[in-house]
Amino acid sequence: MSQEIAKLTDNEITRELLNIVSDIDGELPADAAYNIREDSGCAARHSTDNIAIVGKTDGLSGLDIFVKSTTQGDRVFIPACITKSNIDELVYNDFHIEEGADVTIVAGCGIHTDEDESSKHSGIHRFFVGKNAKVIYLEKHIGIGLGEGKRIIDPVTYVELEEGAYLEMETSQIGGVDQSVRKTEGQLGENAKLIVKEHILTEGDQLATTDFKVDVNGEGAGVDLISRSVAKDTSHQEFRSVIVGNQRCTGHSACDAIIVGDGTVYAAPELEANHPDAMLIHEAAIGKIAGEQIVKLQTLGLTEEEAEEKIIAGFLSDH
Amino acid sequence: MLKVENLKFSVPDGKEILKGVDLVVDDGETVVITGPNGSGKTTLAKAIAGVEKATEGRIFLNDIELTDMDVTERAKNGIAYGFQQPVRFKGITARNLVELAAQRELTESELCNILGMVGLCTKDYIDREINTALSGGEIKRIEIATVFTREAEIYIFDEPEAGIDLWSFNNLIEVFQELKEEKKRSILIISHQERILEIADKIAVIDEGRITGFGPREEILPKLYQSDIHCPGECDLPYSVKEVLQ
Repeated sequence: MSQEIAKLTDNEITRELLNIVSDIDGELPADAAYNIREDSGCAARHSTDNIAIVGKTDGLSGLDIFVKSTTQGDRVFIPACITKSNIDELVYNDFHIEEGADVTIVAGCGIHTDEDESSKHSGIHRFFVGKNAKVIYLEKHIGIGLGEGKRIIDPVTYVELEEGAYLEMETSQIGGVDQSVRKTEGQLGENAKLIVKEHILTEGDQLATTDFKVDVNGEGAGVDLISRSVAKDTSHQEFRSVIVGNQRCTGHSACDAIIVGDGTVYAAPELEANHPDAMLIHEAAIGKIAGEQIVKLQTLGLTEEEAEEKIIAGFLSDH
Repeated sequence: MLKVENLKFSVPDGKEILKGVDLVVDDGETVVITGPNGSGKTTLAKAIAGVEKATEGRIFLNDIELTDMDVTERAKNGIAYGFQQPVRFKGITARNLVELAAQRELTESELCNILGMVGLCTKDYIDREINTALSGGEIKRIEIATVFTREAEIYIFDEPEAGIDLWSFNNLIEVFQELKEEKKRSILIISHQERILEIADKIAVIDEGRITGFGPREEILPKLYQSDIHCPGECDLPYSVKEVLQ
């Protein structure tokens, strides 16, 4: 079955935003489940044999996404697009992942404003991941348009991992978002593993705040939080992470930030070991691009500006 | 042809590191610069590449004056330069760096050939970041690979042997010889290593910022071994003895 975006929505801005936040080229994979949110409404929805997407029935705006244990490598797309100013939405999406399932979830939000009024998306995504299930969660946020109105995205992610479950989350804010407060909380069961990779670029006078709080409750569980960010111009970023080790477990957080121009960054990684075998590590490094890195790329023929662009692009890419 | 005329370099406190260096590397020639630690070898290489700005003197490559050019312009005019202590990058992979050097995307086969020259297996290294997860020797070999990848008029290497294991070093010698004999490229190497000195067409000895000996390998190498080249500084020891002492 064809899943061309052009057949799913008439709104050209939505199509543009979808291509960016879902990393697609005008077409969703033929076998994917999806729900396309457009200006607080549903533009299109499609469930599959393995993945059921159902609107919430408790009066809240949002979805329940049920991923069956028979799911093996399937994908589900849950993007949210705001194409104009004066929208302020709060969305609750709950993902129920059955034991042994293996799924990739592509979410994310794009806001377009051409006017002077702001728009805001607050998305609360909760993941209940069953025993030995595996989830790859990709979340991209972007703001576009020429208006003075602020593009504000406040994502909240709550993760509960049962025994042996694995969730890898890659979240990126790649430009144009004026304000964001992203909160991620996790509860990890026995031998569960949570990996979070965050990439944030702020420019102008943008503000971005990250708050991680992960309780590692299960024997043998582990969490790895990796944040790489670039603060340009006069933008400001804050990074806070708290890892609490309540059992024999591992925890690692790393915050690396590059400052360009007059950007400012605050980083506060925090660790709490409540068990003698909790192995917790944190790292934080903030600074300008090292001059020797720029010179190395200049020796390969790049100009200083090209070198800086390459270094930032590489730093914010996923490796 | 690379021509360096009366090159001087001083650090901000006024100390003169290079005190008027003259040097010529003819087309297709391999010149090895050697000398004691702190004699100005690395500063000379950096000044030629534009990484350090000389305080006096002139530099020409194929009759084009490079003296006032920045690093980028010198690279575009044919200087390929390998750092003694390679730079680490978060988020830039071996593939990224080699492709930047080649100025185009490379096939797996091309990447394999390039990294193979420095004794690295492509599948193990190509998508790895040039960061602390790699050893100093691994990063050094990737650094050298980026220099080999460039299409340049002259290839400058600053102590390419430093941090490299014996097996990779043997490989490196072969690649230098290929660059020299098959591709007929000009090479300037800063080195103390005897096997590198032995592939030189000419050897320049530098001490305390001055060239104290320059000529064909056959002429200079025996003098180095026989300690006939003396340090011009206060100690007045033979060059080779002074190096051992340091």
